Amino acid sequence: MFSTPTFDELNVWAALPMIALALGTCILLVADLFIPKDKKAYTAALAGVGLGVSLIIALIQASGVEIGDKPTAFQGMFVADQFTYVVNIIALMAAIIGIMVSYDYLERTGTERGEFYTLILFSTIGAMLMGSSRNLVMIFVALELLSIPLYILSGFRRPMLESEESAMKYFLLGAFSSGFLVYGIALIYGATGSFDLANVWQSAVDILNGDAPGQFTLLVGISMVLIALSFKVGAVPFHMWQPDVYQGAPTPVTAFMSVTAKTGGFAAMLRVLVTGLAVVSASQGKAIDVWQDAVQVIAVLTLILGNFVAITQTDLKRMLAYSSIAHGGYILIAIAAGGTPGVGNSAAQAALVYLMAYTFTNIGAFAVVIALERSEKNTITLNDTKGLAQHSPLLAAAMTIFMLSLTGVPLTAGFIGKFFVFKAALEANLEVLAVIGVLVSVVSAYYYLRIIVNMYMIEGDAHPVADKQPTALRSALWLTAMGTLILGILPYIMTDLARDVTLAIVGR
Amino acid sequence: MQLETTGVSLTSVTLFAPMVGFFILLVLNKLSEERVKWGALITSLITLGLSILLLAQFKSDTTGLQSEHVAKWIPTFGIYYHVAVDGISIWLVMLTTFIMPLAILISFNMVHERIRLYYMFMLLIEFAMLGVFVAQDMFMFYVFWELTLVPMYFLIGIWGGEERRYAAVKFFLYTMAGSILMLLAIVWLGNKAGTFDVKVITQMVQDGTLTFSRDTERLLFVGFFLAFAIKVPLWPLHSWLPDAHVQAPTAGSIILAGILLKLGTYGLIRFNLGFFPNAAADFAPWIAALAVIGIIYGAWVAYAQTDVKKLVAYTSVSHLGFVVLGIFSLTSSGIQGAVLQMVNHGISTGGLFALVGILYDRRHTKAINAFGGIWKVMPVFSGIALVVSLSSMGLPSLNGFVGEFTILLGSASSEVLSIWFTAIATLGVILAAVYTLFMFNKVFMGPLDKKENQELEDLTWGKNWTELGALVPLLIMIFVIGLYPRPFFELMDGSVGHLVNFVHTVAVAGK
Repeated sequence: MFSTPTFDELNVWAALPMIALALGTCILLVADLFIPKDKKAYTAALAGVGLGVSLIIALIQASGVEIGDKPTAFQGMFVADQFTYVVNIIALMAAIIGIMVSYDYLERTGTERGEFYTLILFSTIGAMLMGSSRNLVMIFVALELLSIPLYILSGFRRPMLESEESAMKYFLLGAFSSGFLVYGIALIYGATGSFDLANVWQSAVDILNGDAPGQFTLLVGISMVLIALSFKVGAVPFHMWQPDVYQGAPTPVTAFMSVTAKTGGFAAMLRVLVTGLAVVSASQGKAIDVWQDAVQVIAVLTLILGNFVAITQTDLKRMLAYSSIAHGGYILIAIAAGGTPGVGNSAAQAALVYLMAYTFTNIGAFAVVIALERSEKNTITLNDTKGLAQHSPLLAAAMTIFMLSLTGVPLTAGFIGKFFVFKAALEANLEVLAVIGVLVSVVSAYYYLRIIVNMYMIEGDAHPVADKQPTALRSALWLTAMGTLILGILPYIMTDLARDVTLAIVGR
Repeated sequence: MQLETTGVSLTSVTLFAPMVGFFILLVLNKLSEERVKWGALITSLITLGLSILLLAQFKSDTTGLQSEHVAKWIPTFGIYYHVAVDGISIWLVMLTTFIMPLAILISFNMVHERIRLYYMFMLLIEFAMLGVFVAQDMFMFYVFWELTLVPMYFLIGIWGGEERRYAAVKFFLYTMAGSILMLLAIVWLGNKAGTFDVKVITQMVQDGTLTFSRDTERLLFVGFFLAFAIKVPLWPLHSWLPDAHVQAPTAGSIILAGILLKLGTYGLIRFNLGFFPNAAADFAPWIAALAVIGIIYGAWVAYAQTDVKKLVAYTSVSHLGFVVLGIFSLTSSGIQGAVLQMVNHGISTGGLFALVGILYDRRHTKAINAFGGIWKVMPVFSGIALVVSLSSMGLPSLNGFVGEFTILLGSASSEVLSIWFTAIATLGVILAAVYTLFMFNKVFMGPLDKKENQELEDLTWGKNWTELGALVPLLIMIFVIGLYPRPFFELMDGSVGHLVNFVHTVAVAGK
């Protein structure tokens, strides 16, 4: 009944960055067995090489060179468009910087095991596939590929209790949300008879207009998918796991997953919701309200809760966890904006620009936490940042850049991200959402500024940390700080990359 | 919409001059303290020189922008790097480049901690403020607007007084809360117009290709207005000002009062009048009412202060009330007076803060009661203080008088404001005389009965020459503007006249 498709029919070239990385990861898995325990630096370097190769391919693809003759691969389950490329670049950058900040940490805490890097790479592939799936089953597989390594990584510092607790919490709730996703997919399949996103939404138009049965099933299915993805990105009210997991997980893992899990989750959300929208609005503009209102409500809750609860935190990692919930809220604004016909492209662009800015800034902020933990403390409270500018001025300067970027002060990447999110929201006539967005960013300024106050304006009594960090960590700090500034001063680098992320994958 | 790009202009060079010094200080981290100070001073003097060149080649016979420089920034979104000056902004650029070297000079003997960082922030804030005045693209304007917050936040927070941390955070949050709504207004306007260019949008508004419904125009007006009103600060949004002014280091207060507050009044002229003339005419009486309340309130509260620095801080609320009154009289003389008064206030209040700073440096207190009879030990200092105080209160033949008089002339002849506004504002002039003379009397006159004051050292050209060096240029300008204000008005006449004509034909005449 089925004939084996040829290589060309599969069009594997479109998926080259993922395939290259997957191959590299498998090689790494084997190679690591032969690398002696005291030379794990080689594993890290090898992982870096794999990511680098994949990044180069992704950049070549993004620069417009056609690889393969059509954008879909694996019989339509996979799609490689500008959106995919940008998601790939973000995920790969996050992984590269993630590895840079990890090496020294693992060595110091005696958790230097080669699987660490393999798991990071697998998770990265998952995030990349989330952005390029055009099929609900693919999205599920990609989500699992993204999540399972993260569960393990969270518990990587065993036998430290916090780390184990974090892994357990993450795993249980993650498994629960996967259940939601599968159930949602099943219901959608039941209503529409297809896994293919384009077909799903084509049928959805008929169903939602009452021309075909199964309206209730479909709506419940869509909500469940939305819930599962909201869980992954840590949107309120599905955020409960995030502070505990972020706090307990080894800090480099927190840095990595705060970006990669969000990138994957939001990429899938944009694919599912905004792609679907392209179909629906092409046929009939009415049905889209189904999810726009829901996303708006989630966005508002996320923004308000994330920012206000962050104020009361005293643990730096926990504060950054709530701040990262809040930043998810801004991206949700962009996604909600995508619900208005004609704004889809601006919205996807805004979300991607925001994610790119967030990648550099947030990993950078966690890198500073990692540097502070070098004073042999396992928990870094806000008090530990006091007087930092006196004994390590460079570290304090870097943290200042990250905090200003998270606040959204101009000439940092964070401002550009916010600017495009608000632009999309106003284009979509979501004025109320935009006003709430800007007002809570004033609230956020309060707790970000507090760190700057601690570093510069209070005499320090904390453990002194040397300004001189190990090479990899120092390079990561430089890279993220400079990246945050350069993207803020010359934003066209990101905006041009994300210019035509049209999600019109329909009809190809 | 695409703009023609142009070559580099003098405006651009002036704008980036402070950044050259900034990067030199950033890179050369082993410089000795003396070299850091002089490096910063020389940079700001070079910037002053460049701005004088800019002024020299300014043509007073055109109303439009001059010395333009347009380059691509984010062209796909209609965002350009676009800088230029006109008859209004040239004076604020001059004010900035004139005050900054003095603020740097007076810091020489007052700031002893983290010198390099301090002067880097001084140069950064000069860059940011110049950027606000020359930006002709809304996106760029906003970038510079917010950028001014960062160095000032650090200046207050690191080198400020006892309550500096509270004051710094309050300053940052208060101003950000206002400006963030302006960001939405800017984005909305940019989406609608398809460009962020101020010149193009002004043109579109003037020839009617960009129109708003009445409610939209009012909403946008408010979006911009809140940001500017907080910065000015207009009563009742002034509560950040006493904290920030009092806690800031001396140079920080000089910059805050001298230049930073004018960002707000400049924005009112450029955006609220330039983009939304109808709403401006509708709201003019209400805003003028707030301005007049501010004039009286500021003067009243200033009188009640026991701290010299706080007293000077509150006079700013009062003086800036005059400026806002002048702007919303929507008359040519009102706005011209307002622009000149911005410069005057920068000079005289900047001078007052410098004097308070010098006094504090010697005596380590700012309480009015702690002084008395200072004239007997510090005659030179007291003489200068007398002139600056009289200038601040608006004595004829000194600069303050020219500005206030022109503003009152404008508001009296205004078609949108009733004569009562002028009448009450005039009362403010009298109150200014009351609190100024009261303060002067308490501090400088009377018997020298406090032991601590008897040893105070006067200003000399000796070791502490920087203090005199910073004050003398201010004195000269007080007399120059007071005695010969004509060239100032002449240069802004074209630009202001053009704006007022437009507002009148669109809004005022139709009412």
